[in-house]
Amino acid sequence: MGLTCKSCKRKAILDIYNIVKANPNQMLVALAGNPNTGKSTIFNELTGLKQHTGNWPGKTVTNARGYFKNKDKEFILVDLPGTYSLFPNSVEEEVARDFICFGNPDVTVIVVDATCLERNLNLVLQILEITDNAILCVNLLDEAKRKKIQVDLDRLSVELGIPVVGTIARDKKGLKNLKDAIYDVCVKKIIPQPKKITYPKEIEDELQKLIPMITPLITNKINPRWIALRMLDGDIKILERISQNSYCKGACNHG
Amino acid sequence: MEEIYIPLNKVNVGQTCIIKELKVTGKQRRRLLDLGFIKDTQVKVIRKSPLGDPTAYLIRKSLVALRKEEASNVLVEIISD
Repeated sequence: MGLTCKSCKRKAILDIYNIVKANPNQMLVALAGNPNTGKSTIFNELTGLKQHTGNWPGKTVTNARGYFKNKDKEFILVDLPGTYSLFPNSVEEEVARDFICFGNPDVTVIVVDATCLERNLNLVLQILEITDNAILCVNLLDEAKRKKIQVDLDRLSVELGIPVVGTIARDKKGLKNLKDAIYDVCVKKIIPQPKKITYPKEIEDELQKLIPMITPLITNKINPRWIALRMLDGDIKILERISQNSYCKGACNHG
Repeated sequence: MEEIYIPLNKVNVGQTCIIKELKVTGKQRRRLLDLGFIKDTQVKVIRKSPLGDPTAYLIRKSLVALRKEEASNVLVEIISD
């Protein structure tokens, strides 16, 4: 389905915040990643739904939602549109960015394409600047094998400091491991400790000044370091979105 | 030693080059960096679309299409034909 009036921008964004957990046993899981890495395939396999999949980027324009159970927990899975970066260039990318930033998922699963990891890892690092609770899902391992690419998953996990799961979603391989990893992070059996990027001294000095000023102004859901970085970037839009977001909380009821 | 770099849109199909400089700043620069257009990265020109724009580039094992205006901001040095 393409962009319809309803799936566009404001309405879609309001819709995102409407996710309400029915009980504390429910966990919110976001599926993020570059375009065309198989997020929707993983979504379908985990939830048993038939969300439209296709081998072209830009297919998922708003977020789709589904449920699955693992052990004693129920998970709400949100399939986000693919994005190359958290600095959005289109409405779809904005939707994905806003959900990761403000949707406050219990865990974010970052799906990457094993055949071009190098490009995919850019987004991974950007997401890890916002949230610690992330799992890396290296998908399309069959394609990589065909192209004679070997991925050292253990090494990747050590380097990034987060759990890494290899999958071939099309053949339903590795999905049990992925479910278990999601469970383990949600119940805090595994606490991911991503390696943080340290910036040059000038930037770090400014960050140290900004962070104590920002922290009291925002809810603890949003990472103050990340906001400080965006302020140094001169990203005014994100600041607008943050104030909109707090406004949004009250306004969503009739949305 | 002074070298003269050429804009990426002037590189012919089949040629390989190395990125030397990005002429843009702000959002556009960020976008190019996100797509992998970083200094010292190798780029191969794969093909041009029928009307000559956009052009497909192979960069970091993935294929990216850039418009002429975008590619003209990437300065490169040709290393092979």
